[in-house]
Amino acid sequence: MKKLTTLLLLLTLSFGAYASEGVELQEADIDLGDKASLLRGAKHFVTYCLGCHSIKHIRYLRIALDTHADEKEVLKDIAPLGASIYDQIHSAMNKHDAEKWFGTQPPDLSLIARVRGADWLYSYLKSYYSDPKRPFGVNNLVFQDTAMPNPLWQLQGEQHIDIRKTIYGDQQELILAKDGALSEKEFNQMVNDLVTFLVYVGEPTQLDRQSMGKYVLIFLSLFLVLAYLLKKEYWKDIH
Amino acid sequence: MKPSRLSAYGEWVLDRFPLASLWKDHMTHYYAPKNFNFWYFFGSLALLVLVNQFITGILLTMNYKPDAKLAFDSVEYIMRDVSWGWLVRYMHSTGASAFFIVVYLHMFRGIMYGSFKQPRELIWIFGMLIFVALMAEAFMGYLLPWGQMSYWGAQVIISLFSAIPVIGDELSLWIRGDYVVSDATLNRFFAFHVIAVPLVLVMLVFMHIVALHEVGSNNPDGIDIKKVKDKNGIPLDGIPFHPYYTVKDLVGVGVFLIFFATVIFYMPEMGGYFLEHANFIPADPMKTPEHIAPVWYFTPFYAILRAIPDKFAGVIGMGGAIVVLFLLPWLDRNPVRSIRYRGGIYKKALALFVISFIALGYLGTQPATPVATNVARVFTVIYFGFFLLMPLYTRWEKTKPVPERLTVELSFEEQIPALIETFEEITEIKPTVITATDDHHNHPAFRSVFFSRRPNPEGMRNVATRLAKKLKESLD
Repeated sequence: MKKLTTLLLLLTLSFGAYASEGVELQEADIDLGDKASLLRGAKHFVTYCLGCHSIKHIRYLRIALDTHADEKEVLKDIAPLGASIYDQIHSAMNKHDAEKWFGTQPPDLSLIARVRGADWLYSYLKSYYSDPKRPFGVNNLVFQDTAMPNPLWQLQGEQHIDIRKTIYGDQQELILAKDGALSEKEFNQMVNDLVTFLVYVGEPTQLDRQSMGKYVLIFLSLFLVLAYLLKKEYWKDIH
Repeated sequence: MKPSRLSAYGEWVLDRFPLASLWKDHMTHYYAPKNFNFWYFFGSLALLVLVNQFITGILLTMNYKPDAKLAFDSVEYIMRDVSWGWLVRYMHSTGASAFFIVVYLHMFRGIMYGSFKQPRELIWIFGMLIFVALMAEAFMGYLLPWGQMSYWGAQVIISLFSAIPVIGDELSLWIRGDYVVSDATLNRFFAFHVIAVPLVLVMLVFMHIVALHEVGSNNPDGIDIKKVKDKNGIPLDGIPFHPYYTVKDLVGVGVFLIFFATVIFYMPEMGGYFLEHANFIPADPMKTPEHIAPVWYFTPFYAILRAIPDKFAGVIGMGGAIVVLFLLPWLDRNPVRSIRYRGGIYKKALALFVISFIALGYLGTQPATPVATNVARVFTVIYFGFFLLMPLYTRWEKTKPVPERLTVELSFEEQIPALIETFEEITEIKPTVITATDDHHNHPAFRSVFFSRRPNPEGMRNVATRLAKKLKESLD
């Protein structure tokens, strides 16, 4: 019977891996406590992504509050001209135009990090390569035939795909063919900031939640000790 | 002494409402067997989770909008802009999964110790009805966030009704209120989720407990404690539920809440099992996700559905998997209740059943490849075999003699010396070699018991052999 108990416990504990098919993902280094990284990521988002993608579930004010940044600076440095601190972060792109240009509406990215995970986003943004057969001249190793052009190509440079035949099947590798404005290290840092920001936007309360958790657990442990002592006291005459 | 004003008010109420006798009958003079073990926490925990779902659910409805255009955004509004909204939402979503964990363990306890047998058949039936109501409640609640998995999960499950011959299409249309899952479906599911099913649940829980208190609780020995009473008519092996089990359940509550809080504060998505990743994409009727998987607590039944090649037969199979559970009191022909005194054949059958249930649960979360489907078929056969062959193998069973009085298990504290002994057996003392350079290793903390001992292969072998023998014996 003890064994069955263990098995059942294993069932409740064995929730783990989230399968992702295809290529191996690169690991993003997410530190939400790094407020400077978050603010850089926010700025990159507004510069490179907001043209097409909204993140309508967050306001500029929330970013300022969570990063302890000055509201005026957030408006000046991050928000596009004319935005109010209370605004949700909306893209100016018109739905019908988007449909015409890309064949699909660029999705809202508020929750994209919770759907795809940080590593996927990090790898995706780094895995564009030139492919003349695609309408925008680029394809993506992580997301084949993506409808999104590469917004960061000037920074990263141009990548080409190199396919080698091995006994394990085709091995694909991306090679930097033309240098971009940023070095590889700078570019990785930039994408990492961007992904960190998206992870934050996916759930702005996650930092509060984690820092609060330990106090709740300490309280519950104390409660458990008291409850256990109480039980022992009551049960000492039961044999 | 002059009665105070307060106690006079109390008297006034007690003269008109039997609060004192209710408390007495169901708490202080309800005698429960004194040997309840770990498995007996899950009933009270289920009640705790039910209360949690009610309170958090009521708070959520204050900000949730049951409208296909607003639902998804209103959930995100709760998560971000409502004060403490994220906590309430995570308590509710984690509570849903916790409910099923607790209820599955509670049901398994019942199967293990024969709590469904005469005279407790009705308790089992009410319990099963609670389980069915709970599944309906969870299924309809899962549509409300209006994410991709909410939408397509509901689409798949409702379309199952269309497999019923003749009336199927009309029936599924009637359930949805539209040709696809839509705003109409969302609104009616909201109504069922927040009022209709909870009312049924509360009523069933009430009946479950009334029926239990009529015949009394079973116990890990499966013995009727009412057979041996003292001169006041109190069972010798019984103790009053209050205060003994109220304080004991409080310990269970403490342990449960630590697990519950860990999930809420550190892993609310539970790796995509409690909150599925794809459910963070708003529902899109034009885009079918590649892989539609229900939440983990439905996956054993979903795997059975997919394992059966014909759609209608699959629906019957899935329903049948739940119906056979209702029939359990009449399928099991053995009068011995507890697994402790039952024959090896039943223990092995139960072990196989648990393995197949877990395996089906896992397979239900995975895409249906041909291999996975075949494996699921094998486990489906075992699942049904456990129940349908029960009238046969429970008759052949060689049971052990059942004692007259309750046996008492060692408590965790009493097991500590044995645990220490085992630890000493599988390790041996390191020969101490002290060199001058080693000074910092001689710090008292490093000289503690863990650092001064090393693994002992022979002792480990002995312990492993003993464990294996014990396991084999416990299956005989």
